[in-house]
Amino acid sequence: MPPQPATLLPLPSATFHILMALASEDRHGYAIIQDVELRTGGALRLSAGTLYRSIQRMLEQGLLVETNERPAPELDDERRRYYRITAFGTSVARAEARRLNELVTMARASGFAPEKA
Amino acid sequence: MMPLYRLLLHLYPASFRNEYAGEMCAVFARRLRDTSAPGLPALWIGVFFEVLFNAAAVHLDILRQDLRYTARALRRTPGFAATAVLVVALGVGANTAAFSLADQVLLRPLPFPHPEQLVKLWEAVPGYSHMELSPANFEDWKRMNHSFAAMGVYTDFAMNLAGQGEPERLDVTLVDSELLPMLGAQPLLGHLFTAADNRDGASGTALLSYGLWQRRFGGDREILGRQILLNDEKYAVIGVMPRTFYFPNRDSQVWTPFRPSAQSYVDRNDNWWLAVGRLRPGVTLAQASSDMAVVTAQLERQYPKELEKTYAYLSLLRDDVSTQSRLLLYALVGAAVCVLLIACTNLANLLLVRALVREKELAVRTAIGAGRERLVRQLTTESLVLASMGGGLGVVAAAFTVPLLSRLVPNGLPVEQASALDWRVLLFAGVLTALTGMIFGVAPAWRVCRKADLTALREGARAGSGKKERLRSALVMAEVAASVVLLVSTGLLLRALWKLQGNDPGFRTEGVLTLRTALPNPKYDSTALRASFYNRVLGDVRRLPGVTDAGYITGLPMVMGGGIWPVEVGEHVVQRNAAHTASMRFVTPGFLSAMRIPLRTGRDVSDGDTLDRPFAAVVSASFAERYWPHQDPLGRHFKMAFSDRTVVGVVGDIRVRGMENSSEPQVYFPYRQLQDGSFQYYAPKDLVVRTVGDSGALLPAIQRIVRAADGQQPVSDVRTLADIVEASTASRAIEVRVLAAFAAIAFLLAAVGIHGVLAFAVSSRAREIGVRMALGARRGDIVRMVVLRGALLAVAGVVPGVALAWYAGKAMEALLAGVKPYDTTTFLAAAGLSVAMTLLGCLLPAWRAARVDPMTAMRLD
Repeated sequence: MPPQPATLLPLPSATFHILMALASEDRHGYAIIQDVELRTGGALRLSAGTLYRSIQRMLEQGLLVETNERPAPELDDERRRYYRITAFGTSVARAEARRLNELVTMARASGFAPEKA
Repeated sequence: MMPLYRLLLHLYPASFRNEYAGEMCAVFARRLRDTSAPGLPALWIGVFFEVLFNAAAVHLDILRQDLRYTARALRRTPGFAATAVLVVALGVGANTAAFSLADQVLLRPLPFPHPEQLVKLWEAVPGYSHMELSPANFEDWKRMNHSFAAMGVYTDFAMNLAGQGEPERLDVTLVDSELLPMLGAQPLLGHLFTAADNRDGASGTALLSYGLWQRRFGGDREILGRQILLNDEKYAVIGVMPRTFYFPNRDSQVWTPFRPSAQSYVDRNDNWWLAVGRLRPGVTLAQASSDMAVVTAQLERQYPKELEKTYAYLSLLRDDVSTQSRLLLYALVGAAVCVLLIACTNLANLLLVRALVREKELAVRTAIGAGRERLVRQLTTESLVLASMGGGLGVVAAAFTVPLLSRLVPNGLPVEQASALDWRVLLFAGVLTALTGMIFGVAPAWRVCRKADLTALREGARAGSGKKERLRSALVMAEVAASVVLLVSTGLLLRALWKLQGNDPGFRTEGVLTLRTALPNPKYDSTALRASFYNRVLGDVRRLPGVTDAGYITGLPMVMGGGIWPVEVGEHVVQRNAAHTASMRFVTPGFLSAMRIPLRTGRDVSDGDTLDRPFAAVVSASFAERYWPHQDPLGRHFKMAFSDRTVVGVVGDIRVRGMENSSEPQVYFPYRQLQDGSFQYYAPKDLVVRTVGDSGALLPAIQRIVRAADGQQPVSDVRTLADIVEASTASRAIEVRVLAAFAAIAFLLAAVGIHGVLAFAVSSRAREIGVRMALGARRGDIVRMVVLRGALLAVAGVVPGVALAWYAGKAMEALLAGVKPYDTTTFLAAAGLSVAMTLLGCLLPAWRAARVDPMTAMRLD
């Protein structure tokens, strides 16, 4: 029986960010770091150790796979490994988003409305 | 810059590094490029802590994974897991228990500052190497030596504490004012004794032990200056000692000064002070000994008669433990180490077999990319988990057993009772467990992993190459050898115990109750007063139903060992030499018959033997034989304890010094001839009551009788005579029981080991056996083959085992009470047991081999 997404929740924030970085395309490690940094406006800059530790665990959990398809050779660096989100990874990310959404809804009901920018 | 980063990455597990180091270096290189020179230090600091944190996290991840895997693997093979845990538990438990006992006596420094400077001093004469000092000699030794910074004296005493509540008999230590400061003792409350407290005629002062202060006085801090009644004399409490202060041993509850009179210094042969000295810094024990030799030689010239051949014997206070106690502990530790070795070899064997069985699985994992480092790590985790579970169980077992064994720790040292679970013991158990797990778990793992490549996949089901079989056989041989050593040692000690317990104590123990009513001075400092107490108590006790005899004595045999006096007969010169001494006791009529010490000739002491009559003496047969061989001893005279005595009776000899030791001849003097004001120490205090039926049931009645005779008089030391005799060999009996348990464990483990090797050999050679049977071998041939293999293993183990056992026996010859270390019966029995053990181990594998079905076996692959 495949593991249920719910058993992995709540996700560590690094894991969730890596999943988001891989949502649209396969990326290599440094690209993930750049994407996360860009998306958070520089607030979160993953270190190499945190990144690969998370990746190792996510590979074991089946959230990611290493992909053999490479982009056009001129864009590729031989050394790099590319990662792709799995269907299970997608459903876990969705479940986490749903969980966070519910949390925010509850917070709002308690009067903790986030201030609109 | 990059090499430094690469170096840092070594903090990660190799498997992680192999996988991601390249990528991480690339990421770090980018970051370096993006950082300006001033930002570099901050970057490095950040990176350092980041690597530290993440590396730890990765290690933890792997550990968690390995633990999960281990749990799964062990659940799949619960039999293996349980066996391995039990094996380690036995090894660690036995050694933790042995360590916590030996630690107290052999390892731990005494709880005083600079304990290595503390030395015990004895007087030594031919026949007696450890005598107390006479006060006069002590003062001279102290004055004349050049080696000691300080010297103090003490002696054990007992006093009746009266006043609040029930009167109580207390163990009191008399000390001089120098002893406690010399030890470095500090009182919890109040102050220590001053020289003035120690002078003749000073009023009584006392220091209380923490235990007594709490128990009897409720820890009242207002105790200082209060008066307590000891032996009817007032003592002012001047202080309370800390909870962890014990001296000379755990029994002592009150310390009070000697207050010696001038009279105490007259007799140079009145040895009753125990002396401790503190060496000057830099002076060795050997130097002090030769210094004291000069001193004693000088004194001998000065007092040639009294101090003939009198020397000083010095030993470290730390070593003030009898050779026997020490040897018993060594034997215990040795046995525990044997058990550990056997347990470890068994564990190694179990893990080796398991690793071999899993060779294929490991090869598969290697083939799909697991690095060797990960496999070794996984196997290490597994064996460490097994070892920790076993170690934990072992410590728990030790915690339960140590209190049962604490009698093996002699109560002669100022140390706390053995506790199984202090940090030293836990540390010891932890290190032992880790070593067991590492050495005996990792080695097999490493061996297997070294060749965990594709050859295992190709090899088919036939695991276990010849080389590994040899290793496992060697392990089993070691087990058999160690168990033979244990069996023989246990056997020898058991025979020694039986021999000692078979010794005739010289009296009959059945149905005899003993108790102590020590009459305090100065209240009873008169022969007439004491006599009326004895007669009242004895008269009433003898009237109790079931009582046949009753009597009083100075001190019970096997309880009181001292009271040894020189004897002068005719031309004999006084010499404190074992050839001229005897044990001296004062008794009431009825004591000898209550003990059933047979009267050979003449009469018992009687109430008619009073101070105005000639001093009478009943002597033991060996005494009569020593001085008047083949003559009638009755009516002969001898001089002892300053008076002329006439032999009026001869009785059988008894073992005054316990079942283990030989004793001096005995003399018994009539209680009414103990002069007023002298020899108070010898006033009869131990009551012996012989009954038909249950002697214990009489105790309340006897206590009522004593209370009626003197309401302030405590009753203490209630024991049956049988218990006293048993206690004299108790530590030995416990030791034998422990060794027997160890030997049984070793025996079982060795049988398991033999079984394991043979079972594995049979199952891995199933195909060969099948082929043999298909070619016409009969079942009997197959069984013979297996049994022969087992017998070979056993013989290969028994031979070195017997040799080692002989050495072990030699080493503990002093414990064997005359049983020869090469006692044939014991060796034959041990060898016989080993054969039985082998057959036991062969049984199942042989049966299995005989049931191999040739067709199935050959189709196996």
